[in-house]
Amino acid sequence: MEARRTVRLKVNGVARQAAVEPRRLLADFLRQDLGLTGTHIGCEHGICGACTVLLNGEAVRSCLMLAVQADGAEVATVEGLAAPDGTLNPLQQAFREHHALQCGFCTPGMLMAAYDLIRVNPTPTEDEIRAGLSAVLCRCTGYQGIVDAVKAAAAQMRQSR
Amino acid sequence: MAVRSKSGALVGAAIKRVEDRRFLMGQGTYADDWQPAGLLYAAFLRSPYAHARIAAIDLSRAIALDGVIAVVTGQQMGELAKPLRATSTMRTYVATEQPILARDKVRFVGEAVAAVVAASRYIAEDALDRIAVEYDTLAAVSDVEAAAAHGAERVHEEAASNVMVAREFKHGAASAGLGAGAHPEAAVTVRERFRFHRHAAVSIEPRCCVARYNAGSGELTLRSSTQCPGVVRTALAASLAMPEHLVRVVSSDVGGGFGAKSSVYPEEVAVSALAKMLGRPVNWTSDRREDLLATSQGWDEIIDAELSVSAEGRILELKADVLADVGAYAVYPWTLTIEPIQTVSFLTGPYDVPNYWARARAVATCKPAVGPYRGVGRPISTFVMEGLLDRAARRLKRDPVELRMLNYVRADQFPYKTPTGIVWDRAPFAELLDKALARLGYEQARAEQARARREGRLVGVGLASFCELTGIGSGTPAAPGMPIPAGTEAATIRVDPSGTVTAIFGVASHGQGLETALAQVVADELEVSLEDVRVMYGDTAFAPYGTGSYASRGAVMGGGAAILAARALREKADRIAAHLLETAPAVANEPGGKSGAARRVSMRDIAQAAYAGRKKLPAEMEPGLEATRFYDPFYGTATAAAHAAVVEVDAQTFAVRVLRYVAAEDCGRIINPLIVEGQVVGGVAQGIGGALLEEMVYDEFGQPATASLMDYMLPTASEIPRIEVEHVEQPSPTSLGGFRGVGESGTIGAPAAIANAVADALAPLGVEPNELPITPARLFQLCANKRGR
Repeated sequence: MEARRTVRLKVNGVARQAAVEPRRLLADFLRQDLGLTGTHIGCEHGICGACTVLLNGEAVRSCLMLAVQADGAEVATVEGLAAPDGTLNPLQQAFREHHALQCGFCTPGMLMAAYDLIRVNPTPTEDEIRAGLSAVLCRCTGYQGIVDAVKAAAAQMRQSR
Repeated sequence: MAVRSKSGALVGAAIKRVEDRRFLMGQGTYADDWQPAGLLYAAFLRSPYAHARIAAIDLSRAIALDGVIAVVTGQQMGELAKPLRATSTMRTYVATEQPILARDKVRFVGEAVAAVVAASRYIAEDALDRIAVEYDTLAAVSDVEAAAAHGAERVHEEAASNVMVAREFKHGAASAGLGAGAHPEAAVTVRERFRFHRHAAVSIEPRCCVARYNAGSGELTLRSSTQCPGVVRTALAASLAMPEHLVRVVSSDVGGGFGAKSSVYPEEVAVSALAKMLGRPVNWTSDRREDLLATSQGWDEIIDAELSVSAEGRILELKADVLADVGAYAVYPWTLTIEPIQTVSFLTGPYDVPNYWARARAVATCKPAVGPYRGVGRPISTFVMEGLLDRAARRLKRDPVELRMLNYVRADQFPYKTPTGIVWDRAPFAELLDKALARLGYEQARAEQARARREGRLVGVGLASFCELTGIGSGTPAAPGMPIPAGTEAATIRVDPSGTVTAIFGVASHGQGLETALAQVVADELEVSLEDVRVMYGDTAFAPYGTGSYASRGAVMGGGAAILAARALREKADRIAAHLLETAPAVANEPGGKSGAARRVSMRDIAQAAYAGRKKLPAEMEPGLEATRFYDPFYGTATAAAHAAVVEVDAQTFAVRVLRYVAAEDCGRIINPLIVEGQVVGGVAQGIGGALLEEMVYDEFGQPATASLMDYMLPTASEIPRIEVEHVEQPSPTSLGGFRGVGESGTIGAPAAIANAVADALAPLGVEPNELPITPARLFQLCANKRGR
């Protein structure tokens, strides 16, 4: 076992820290060391995208990153999407409206990837949404509800801007 | 916003799911989310060989590693837990044991040989590298036809051969065997060898379980990503020789199952045994490679089939010989019979087939077990039957629609007993096809196809019709002769003292939205608001006994049990209300609606009286406001659908693109259209994956070539088109509430519709694909062969 190193970062705006082995994955760090089990692990080889989080505002796969690499960074996870009073954000709300989730396991990664997609392209077409979200696998929905939800959320987020 | 039920207003409404909120907030509780204090982590050493004797195992270097708590081999595990043994009363069935950890020999790549428990998963996996196993390799039994041959190397020495079950079905005047002479009136007899390769379910949540043993109380708790907590509990108690009431199995949120999480797995037993041995909680979370190697798989059959039709297009005779590669072990409790036996049981589909002969053989090979996967047998039977019908239509130069319409079981034939004894209670086959074609715009699709052909593009239209049995009760077991009782489900519904309602079920959800759908049924029956009903499931400590959610049974079985329990409760509530108003219930009751008395007394007041006891209740009435009722639908009910697909084959790359997809289904009385459409669309997406992309590839040594998601291709948002769903809502005449199951429907129809569309696209070349998935490589080869001739 290698010597532990202290990783200090901000998760959903809150300063957190824990001492971990250098080889610890960011996904395991979030789930086990910080107790944020909303981020899910689906493949551990960077294909399924369930573990997607935002690192300094950009989507990354937390199963392909070490926690020590995130030292000093700002991380956003699914737990930080809703307002402190529990009000769902427009993207979460649209997922519910359009039945964009069934088992819910890919959902955190899908939400974070969609969030990033809309940030980069506030007016995505259906094809752009499909291409953009092809980095996250869903086995339940056939993607239809997800595509509709992202389209609707993008429109609403444009309006409220 | 409060959604208040007014006698039947909720069932049928597109209610947004109540479970969504916690999933969207990252607040679900999947098995791996449970992190009890003192948690340890297990990892399994898995065989690199498909078939080998274990000569020696050296654990010393693994045990010496800092942070390792225990290392266990098959020998030691044998002292902690009994093997799983899926028995069957089916004649010719050979029962074999599945060890918890391999003893003496390994039978597939990925079989667990040893288990390590350590302070972290990282250390446990480090320790795996330090275990030295000496293997004496044996000839791998990989090819199913070779495995079935006389004198082949055997997977199980205690069996006389690798044929683990063989069954024949005969109906009417059909003679045994294919090519035994065509039916005398046959104008056309089409014969084909179909093949549907191995499929992996790939739920996005890999299998996971966490066990904790309380040495004081003697209770074992297993949190598992299972679809069937009740079944796992029974199996754990037997394997660990524990009284069943000291075993608790919990599956709260499950990240997809699709049948592959409905069997009991050796890892669930191993982790439980290790937690018991160590007196500390133990977690095992499968990585994706393990999941692809050691979770049960689907399909993998070769079907030789023959269809004879008359000059006018009537089906005269159908014959089929099914050879199923069922892998190394029989999954518990469903056995290895389900895939091949269901294939021949359902092959006649929605058609009136007067003469039928079929044989099915399940053959053991050195591959992972074939177990339940969404559709079981019926995706293949539909692929074969619909493929034969299209071939016959082409030979007769008739439209495939016409041939189907001519052969459907007619409305006046219901209830219709199929040649294999399955009963279709009632199904609108012709109406479904009409609806699918109308939505597609069939004539227009044909016109566009003709235009595309003139431009040199390969566009095809494909159809698929099928019928399946859902919500099966005790009259039609999921696996005939299996070792556990199934066929019933129960609901316990309780009115809390404040008037809210808690409804508890043995069926469990792994994405189907049962929390919402069953709440809709309960709220309607009790005439309370949806917000006042909480549906709970997935914990054997509080749920009535049930076997869980599989085989499209959740809505039918859970819904039926909900209706029975709610009605019993409602009757009592009405009597209490009437008593509180000092009126007689007979006077207070209005037909079809809430009684006058109950309308004027709130559920809270009724519950307060019920728990206050004799002082507030009618004489002789038992206090309390709670009911448990069991439901057995006996035969089950027919779900039918018609699918239509338009595809284009790229003449250069041989890639297939799905341009349109329409599914028209009848799932009886719809509880929630949002959920039904989600099930159909998601099912079709899996079927498209199975038709075009997904295949577990094994070489002649039984080595998997697709052990990652880089190689096992799942469809992404870019491959799946918008799927259009139509409903023909014909309430089931046999199930309580009129519900029919719809969880598997999409996956059953899609492979057939896609295969037929591809064949139609390639009709000018005379190419008829008979093997799924239709990969570009296979299609290229088929076209090259045709040109070569």
